[in-house]
Amino acid sequence: MRRIGIDVGGTNTDAVLIEDGKVITSLKVPTSEDVTTGILQALARLGVSGRLFDKAVDGVMIGTTHFINAVVQRRNLSRVAALRLGMPACASLPPFCDWPTDLAELVRGGVWMVEGGHEYDGRPFVPLDEDAVRKAAQEMRALGLTSVAISGIFSPLDSGHERQAAAIIAEEIPDAVITCSSELGRIGLLERENAGLLNAALTDLARSTILAFERAIRESRIDAPLFITQNDGTVVEAEQAMKLPVYSFASGATNSMRGAAYLSGLDDAMVADVGGTTTDIGQLRHGFPREANSVVQIGGVRTLFRMPDLVSFGLGGGSHVSLDPLKVGPQSVGYRLMSEGLAFGGSQLTVTDVAIAAGELELGDKGRLAHLDPETCARVFGEAKRMVEETVDRMKTEAGDVPLLAVGGGAFIIPDQLQGVSDVIRVPHGDCANAVGAAIAQVSGECDQIFRDLTRLDAISAANTIAADRAVAAGADRATLKTIETEDMPIAYLPGNSLRVRVRVVGDVASGSRAVN
Amino acid sequence: MTQMRDLTLDDIESLAVGAWILGTGGGGSPYLGLLNMRQLYAAGHKVQLLHPNDLEDDDWVAAVSNMGAPLVGQERLTDSRTIARAVTLMEEYTGYRFRGIMALEIGGGNGIQPLMAAAQLGRAVVDADMMGRAYPEAQMTSVSVGKLQPYPLTTVDCRGLESIVEKVPTWKWMERVSRKICVEYGSIAATCKAPRTGAEVKQWGIHGTTSKAIKIGSAVREAQRLHADPIDAILSVEPGKILFRGKVVDVERRATEGFLRGRTGFDGTDEWRGTKLELSFQNEWIVAWLDGEPIAMSPDLICVLDSVTGEAIGTETIRYGQRVTVIALPSPEVFLTPEGLHYVGPKAFNYDIEFKSVFAS
Repeated sequence: MRRIGIDVGGTNTDAVLIEDGKVITSLKVPTSEDVTTGILQALARLGVSGRLFDKAVDGVMIGTTHFINAVVQRRNLSRVAALRLGMPACASLPPFCDWPTDLAELVRGGVWMVEGGHEYDGRPFVPLDEDAVRKAAQEMRALGLTSVAISGIFSPLDSGHERQAAAIIAEEIPDAVITCSSELGRIGLLERENAGLLNAALTDLARSTILAFERAIRESRIDAPLFITQNDGTVVEAEQAMKLPVYSFASGATNSMRGAAYLSGLDDAMVADVGGTTTDIGQLRHGFPREANSVVQIGGVRTLFRMPDLVSFGLGGGSHVSLDPLKVGPQSVGYRLMSEGLAFGGSQLTVTDVAIAAGELELGDKGRLAHLDPETCARVFGEAKRMVEETVDRMKTEAGDVPLLAVGGGAFIIPDQLQGVSDVIRVPHGDCANAVGAAIAQVSGECDQIFRDLTRLDAISAANTIAADRAVAAGADRATLKTIETEDMPIAYLPGNSLRVRVRVVGDVASGSRAVN
Repeated sequence: MTQMRDLTLDDIESLAVGAWILGTGGGGSPYLGLLNMRQLYAAGHKVQLLHPNDLEDDDWVAAVSNMGAPLVGQERLTDSRTIARAVTLMEEYTGYRFRGIMALEIGGGNGIQPLMAAAQLGRAVVDADMMGRAYPEAQMTSVSVGKLQPYPLTTVDCRGLESIVEKVPTWKWMERVSRKICVEYGSIAATCKAPRTGAEVKQWGIHGTTSKAIKIGSAVREAQRLHADPIDAILSVEPGKILFRGKVVDVERRATEGFLRGRTGFDGTDEWRGTKLELSFQNEWIVAWLDGEPIAMSPDLICVLDSVTGEAIGTETIRYGQRVTVIALPSPEVFLTPEGLHYVGPKAFNYDIEFKSVFAS
């Protein structure tokens, strides 16, 4: 098995080549403005090593921050027609009602609310008003809108009305790109709808970006399917990612943690991913990041996404250091380290300079750092140690000491001894852990649903079956499926032993699965 | 002429934070109610707050709440017109005209429901409620302790479903009958409880709870802005007490008889390092046990707060690993009598312990 993993970050594009589970090459190139140039360069340099063209590559896995940046920076977004199926409920809170004004004005192409939706037990809330849906579709067409987001009450339990409405819209607007909120899972109409609206706003960009990725792969003369990594550390085929770009929003941190698990062979550990500006600390459970359960704001929009539970703080290789009084970060020279750092001829003292002065790193001109005596260096490292220890303690969920994996380009900042940590573990290729995480990513399926009148075990088993089928539909090999998360929550006030069950399963990418180029 | 306080949208943003804290783990998030208020204020509506002592004895006051599963509310959302309809239905049935609208429970999302109805109908919000927090059942109120009449009750669903419970002998019966209606509606209903006279609100209402929630929320939001300690901020405006700091190590939930019951375990940090706290809950936090000893219990308010943001954490959302500060706030006086403890003391929740207040001297 040969796979290429690429992580397109804000500063660097990291790439690795993995053969039969072993990392053969890892490298970093600067991220380019257009994203694809950086990928082409990375692939070219992997090729230079001479290991690429003699054997077939089974897959190229790319993780990118492109889509989330589009939302945060308010660019390349499509106008969206929002159709909600839920009248007469929820009329006072129409789609986009809790969006930041600037983003809503950019994305809101029109809002239609019609009768439809379901109850928590699957009964229709009211019958779907098909005539109203058709009329809405005709109005969307008249406005020239082709990106459509449909959301219905309790659609994760019964997506029937959303699918019916989508079919009617497709009849009226043949080139419509339709996002149904039920595909995005999770109970909570506004948050699910917001995810659907963001998704619809991104589908044009996702299509052009992913096609450009595919072109870059072809131009590099690599004949392999493209997979895109998702927020939860798994991958989907390129074609699927074009439909649901919001699932690929924030894969960078997840990929780092997954890569750290893979490189170390540890499934349960803390991970500190130290970059140029920030350090992310999270916790691995069963080889995957522990997920945040809460509402996640994306560019000011409330959503419920599968995101790793991370604490990010301002400590990285480029962090500013001032000595009197002692302060490290949160300001950073970022990608300008090689011009602004003291050892590189600049005027800003950084954490990297201190590490060079202390002999931890061999880089730049050590002579420019003669004023940093060992005691000063120790004070700076002591401060960095305190910052890391505080966050490790915040993120730990058990009382005993736990191992900590130090990865990322700035991992040298993490000292070998930390309070609350049994071992600080460093791994080869740890500076490209994110690209490794992309390369080894698996395929997942999830079920989040309310079950009634079943025993707890039967409900969990039913949820497992649904999640497994979804994983296989997404390209997983059924024989390799493994349940990695089970959470059940009894629902107060609902009759008949109602239980909300969330199950997530993962499996290896099925070898027969190939994206169509 | 009575003085009414104009509520600004900023007050209502604070109310949402404060009401969630006074929810003592239950009551549902006030977020959707807050969104409704933002929409109503943007459309030019305004709400005024009336102190209960400014009511005439023969004024009529509506008490409102949204009843049902918070989860259903997250899908159907909440619409200010539905709660307003529960009020006008009660007016049609009784022939009264309400001078003001008050909350049944200030804790959680129901702390904002009276504002939604008041904005729609152009009435005042009475600065009082009947719980001073959130409680799971209809008989756990100050008006129940006062043995006031439990009926009639109106229930409304936005699809044009309207029911009136005309007569029941006790508050417990009201709880049973209205719960059945609510379940048929899809486990959510807007309700207007038995109308109260100005005299009854003055004697049995728990006064000043809306402004108290605003004060608490405002202190938390100000601390967040200044990056100051939000817990200190709460304790600077309320005579509360820190019970514990720690992190969640265990959560166990089960649904029985339509309630979310369970317990949450915490390991101590800071000066509580080496100790363990356990909180028992029935929708709301009911009893706190420190190393096995009960140290706080209903009707004292037990609030679990995010140590960093100061915002409340609910029994439905509390999760492994969260860093929390647990504080106690004093109970309304009305629940500290033998009659009050009968309805909301630890024995009312099947804990065989004698009530002892955190604030007892």
